Amino acid sequence: MRHLLAAEGLDRDTATELLDTAAGLKQTLLGREVRKLPTLRGRTVITMFYESSTRTRVSFELAGKWMSADVINVSAGGSSVGKGESLRDTALTLTAAGADCVIIRHPASGAAHRLAHWLSDTPAAVVNAGDGMHEHPTQALLDAATLRERLGSLDGRRIGIVGDVLHSRVARSNVHLLTCLGAEVVIVAPPTLLPSGIDSWPVTVSHEIDAELPSLDAVMMLRVQAERMHGGFFPSAREYAISYGLSEARAALLPEHAVILHPGPMLRGMEIASRVADAPNALVTDQVANGVHVRMAVLYHLLASEGADGV
Amino acid sequence: MASRSRDATGNAAERELLSAGDVARTVARMAHQVIEKTAVGADTEPPVLLGIPTRGAPLAARLAERISEFSGVTVPHGSIDITLYRDDLRHRPTRPLEHTRMPSSGIDDKIVILVDDVLFSGRSIRAALDALRDQGRPKAVQLAVLVDRGHRELPIRADYVGKNVPTARSEDVSVLLSEIDGRDAVLLRPAAEEGQS
Repeated sequence: MRHLLAAEGLDRDTATELLDTAAGLKQTLLGREVRKLPTLRGRTVITMFYESSTRTRVSFELAGKWMSADVINVSAGGSSVGKGESLRDTALTLTAAGADCVIIRHPASGAAHRLAHWLSDTPAAVVNAGDGMHEHPTQALLDAATLRERLGSLDGRRIGIVGDVLHSRVARSNVHLLTCLGAEVVIVAPPTLLPSGIDSWPVTVSHEIDAELPSLDAVMMLRVQAERMHGGFFPSAREYAISYGLSEARAALLPEHAVILHPGPMLRGMEIASRVADAPNALVTDQVANGVHVRMAVLYHLLASEGADGV
Repeated sequence: MASRSRDATGNAAERELLSAGDVARTVARMAHQVIEKTAVGADTEPPVLLGIPTRGAPLAARLAERISEFSGVTVPHGSIDITLYRDDLRHRPTRPLEHTRMPSSGIDDKIVILVDDVLFSGRSIRAALDALRDQGRPKAVQLAVLVDRGHRELPIRADYVGKNVPTARSEDVSVLLSEIDGRDAVLLRPAAEEGQS
């Protein structure tokens, strides 16, 4: 594995290996006083965040630090750094200064691929930490890790993704990863929040959340991304909450073993009721915890070995 | 017990250093040595056996079983993965992780005996010592190996050795254990294409 740019195209063996490594790392660090491994000593990881983020940036930073890599954070500080040349030059400068890995979050879809292309002559690895409305592969990996922990194998499991699929890189990455791991994905969204070309996705599409919930093993609620919406996608927040929000009554429709995921940040009262978000079968904090281990696994597979081809 | 044969792929002759019976007798002898050296008994704290995966782990379990059988004292055992502590990670393909399983009694202030199948360069043991340091602070650490084949690259020696085998650096010593390989044996193969340590 040279870069991690998308969940699309990850093969089942590679994905499973990453998830196994993440589970192993979690087990290794469990109950320890010192959460520090020497594995990536002397490696430099740079995070470039051109879009606001708390959990993803912190998670990557912790992942690098827990494996003893040197982690440097570069943020765009608002919107002054745009696209094109400046991104390229920044990245080339940083790798010339010795970065072994560049982790990028960018509002433009495809930014990570561009970056990987620009850095193809350098040894630096690129990790996509979310590019526009395209992909967010480590989020999908941590969701899969959380689901595996609770449900065991994902083979034949029915997993619902509910909400703003159109603007969601999380949904896109999860569809690819979960189906690659053998799960069946059901997309539940209003027609206005479905991307064009959804017909070609390996999913079932539904507009009726109540009809789908009783047959799901897990439901993933997506945040309504107001910052990416220019125009009326639904009449009002209240109407969205009524039609697609996971209320207490709706959560009760889920089978007993089913779990609830949310990539965060949550809009309580919008796509998920506050009490549902705090219920024992809501795994939001597990997702955050697993995020660090999954990102450690990604850095391990990208950086631990050089020369010989890994994964 | 030395016999020459050809393996299934028809590679050059391999020599059996220890048969299944020899392996069993060797483990039993090592168990007696551990009992003697660490004074396993009713009124002392038993040592903790930690195997280095893959084959050190079942060896530690067997050794613990023999010690319990001979002394009547239950000896805790587990495994400690050293992958993340290796000094050759950069030069090899990415390795999958192995299992770390610490006995519930922990290792603080205990005598810990690291168990491995083959002692060669000593680098695995160095990694294991580093991994151990992150798990706790044992009272003392000892080392038990089924085969010591020489060629040390670090100042490390074993406290319990099943069998000393003089080897050429290019030769390959393989320990087979029924838990993993379906049978017990120790084999010496002339220069394999890729060394395994």
